[in-house]
Amino acid sequence: MDFLSDPVLLARLQFALTASYHFIFVPITIGIGLIMAIFATKAYRSRKPEDEALSRMWVKIFTATFAIGVATGITMEFSFGTNWADYSRFVGDIFGAPLAAEALFAFFLESVFLGVLLFGRKKVGRTFYLVSSWLVWFGSCLSALWILIANSWMQTPAGAALSATGDKAIITDFFAAAFNPSTLSRYGHTVVGLLIMGAFITMAVAAFYLIKKRHEQAAMKMMRVGAVVGIVATCAMLVTAHSSAVIVSEEQPTKLAMMEGMYDSEVPPLYAFGWVDEAGQEVLTPFAIPGGTSFLATGTWDTEFPGLNELAQTEKYADVDVENMPVNFVFQSYHLMVAMFGAIGLCVVLALIFSRKNARVKKMRWLQYILLICPIFPFIAIQAGWMTAEIGRQPYVVYPSTSGPDGVYLLTADGTSASVTPVELLITVVLFLVVYLLLFVGWARVVGKFIAAGPVYEEAEPAELVASFAGAGAGAAAAGAAASTASAAAATESAASGAPTGDAAVEASASQEGGDR
Amino acid sequence: MTVLSVLWFFLIFVLIAGYFILDGFDLGVGVLYPFVAKSDEDKAIARRAIGPVWDGNEVWLLTAGGALFAAFPAAYATTFSGFYLAVMLVLFGLIVRAVSFEFWAGDATWRKLWDVCFFLGSLLPALLLGVAVGNILAGIPMDANGDYAGVPLLGLVTPFTLLTGVLGLVMFMAAGASWLAVKAPEDSALYGRAAKLRMPLQVAALALFVVVSVYALVGIAPEMAPELGAARVLFAVLAVVALAAAIVLGKGGVKGSLPAFLAQSVAALALVGLLACSMFPNLVVASADSVGPAITLMSAAASDLSLTYMTVILCIGLPLVLIYHVVIYRTFRGRIRKEDLAH
Repeated sequence: MDFLSDPVLLARLQFALTASYHFIFVPITIGIGLIMAIFATKAYRSRKPEDEALSRMWVKIFTATFAIGVATGITMEFSFGTNWADYSRFVGDIFGAPLAAEALFAFFLESVFLGVLLFGRKKVGRTFYLVSSWLVWFGSCLSALWILIANSWMQTPAGAALSATGDKAIITDFFAAAFNPSTLSRYGHTVVGLLIMGAFITMAVAAFYLIKKRHEQAAMKMMRVGAVVGIVATCAMLVTAHSSAVIVSEEQPTKLAMMEGMYDSEVPPLYAFGWVDEAGQEVLTPFAIPGGTSFLATGTWDTEFPGLNELAQTEKYADVDVENMPVNFVFQSYHLMVAMFGAIGLCVVLALIFSRKNARVKKMRWLQYILLICPIFPFIAIQAGWMTAEIGRQPYVVYPSTSGPDGVYLLTADGTSASVTPVELLITVVLFLVVYLLLFVGWARVVGKFIAAGPVYEEAEPAELVASFAGAGAGAAAAGAAASTASAAAATESAASGAPTGDAAVEASASQEGGDR
Repeated sequence: MTVLSVLWFFLIFVLIAGYFILDGFDLGVGVLYPFVAKSDEDKAIARRAIGPVWDGNEVWLLTAGGALFAAFPAAYATTFSGFYLAVMLVLFGLIVRAVSFEFWAGDATWRKLWDVCFFLGSLLPALLLGVAVGNILAGIPMDANGDYAGVPLLGLVTPFTLLTGVLGLVMFMAAGASWLAVKAPEDSALYGRAAKLRMPLQVAALALFVVVSVYALVGIAPEMAPELGAARVLFAVLAVVALAAAIVLGKGGVKGSLPAFLAQSVAALALVGLLACSMFPNLVVASADSVGPAITLMSAAASDLSLTYMTVILCIGLPLVLIYHVVIYRTFRGRIRKEDLAH
């Protein structure tokens, strides 16, 4: 249990925990943010109540997810100072500005227009409401840009120099630092991955309704939108994944070596899967395409790349301790991500084919069940990809990339907070586990309720909230009104008798099936 | 001491003031929530009063934190790591509070839990932020690298820092009561309770301000920049006058609510101004037993080039932020009506 007293490992563990957790909800938020905006636009154009209902359901799912993304995002901004004080001292001159810019340009934009989305439907015009939903999504993408600028700078530093005192990095050129060699390819790669996530969640919700034979017409709308967004993003992923890999091969040789399990310099083959025998320093696999990775990275079949042993001999990567590098972990997470892309491609093609005009997916139970669980593929891909990127840069927190300025690099072990004890780290790791578990349960309950309620017609919706006043007497009349409109809506859907109370009204309109045959 | 570093020293406090004023009232509403919001209707009104704006208000804290990181990395690193457990408590508070809004609205059966989260999540930051300010003003022990060298968490609690914490808390609560009096329907029970609590809270804030000031001058006696003496007097007077005005205006009933809230906000601004002028040029004061020196704007400032970029970013960003605030506060202006609660 040595790691329990190792402040560096504990700090890394905590960051890995909080960052991966945050990165469960951010992809969902940015992914379904686009879906929400698309449905808002459809409702704006058609003015049909069923489109309005669909749009509102996605606003609710989006806002609940957004809340948890905001909450866990505060952790990330604080964590540089709390857990990585020496890192903050080293990079502050460069790294702080994008964080401040993210808050100023993106967080304010998102939060204010989210307020409009949540509370302003009857207060602002239809056009303003539509613009707000696009602005919230735009803000979340902008936020991703700033944080990826910051993160990419850690991977491929640029526009900076080592200070005269040698203890920190100093900015020399803002635009070179912001648009460092990996920023754009990594931003494209990440956002496209997040859009796939959103598309797959949309398809899963649609599949859920198809399985339950509820809201089938709305489900098919969702399925089509999800499949179209999904196929576009999946095609774009081919481009962005390639450009990201090329940048890694050019700028981060030790990461590439770990991704492909290269201990000795070689022309890297292409593995579909394998196991890195770290002691024997070789990749065990039944087959490989010779020169395949070389071809993908450079377009030639015979380019040799340096292995870890050779790199560790160089002055630049002298801190690399080959025997303790997490080579198999990075190899596995990288190949897992690639394998997931295969599953993603298959799912989205099937969804696209069978959700066309005659909607054959409605009768294909097996496909419905596949699509119900399909978000697991982008979820795993995103997490595995992120681990490849972050664990692949170890043992550095600021990576000495090929084109990086001399001396601008930092070992992870030199970045921690000296004043924070292992006990404090352990306490907070446990607290994070408890609080984040609570958050997850709370989120799952709320989103589950929204999905169970389904795209119900607008007038029925306030019922749930109004119902809480019924007890206090104040809202009894309103609840009655809501119930009657709910049953009116129900009548148009050919089921459900008049529902007596607000809550029951929602339940009634939610549970009544085939509402939009 | 470059012009830009002095500018950013004060800009950090401007951002803190923005936070203290804006998130101040919604944290205050959260702290008051169990005491003023008894019925489900009260709760819905209280939540609706801050629902559209709290998230944007909280971004001021993130902006201030990011700007501190960018402009004075050493100060950011020392305070956030040195106040580790306290910062984590603030953080956990903000986390459970942030989700409590959406989850409360969407999950009727777990409302009690999210009510508790809302209250605790408001109380922890409202109390601990003031404790943190007391510490950077009174001084903390640091090692040569500038890392906090005292006892974790408990070392930060002294009579003085507790007093500054309570002063902060009471200011938040007074702002919260003032805001509820502005937003709650005139005939609601919530309005009555908020308006009734407002005056005692403002009087308590005034009394605590005097006690903290005297304690600071006599008991702590920090070294303060002599050239800012006049500014300190000005801000201290402004704080007293604004609080007194808030008390008087609050007596004006329904019509006095908004002026009383604005006066309360001016008082919050004056307190931050006074703090800035008392701290200058220190960002973190070193206590008598500290090995390392105080962290000042000279020792902690980022390079002038970095501060130039930050200034450009702020010049573009701040007008946008102000426009967003005008949009959101205009859209949701006026008292809440019963029909607003239905969506």
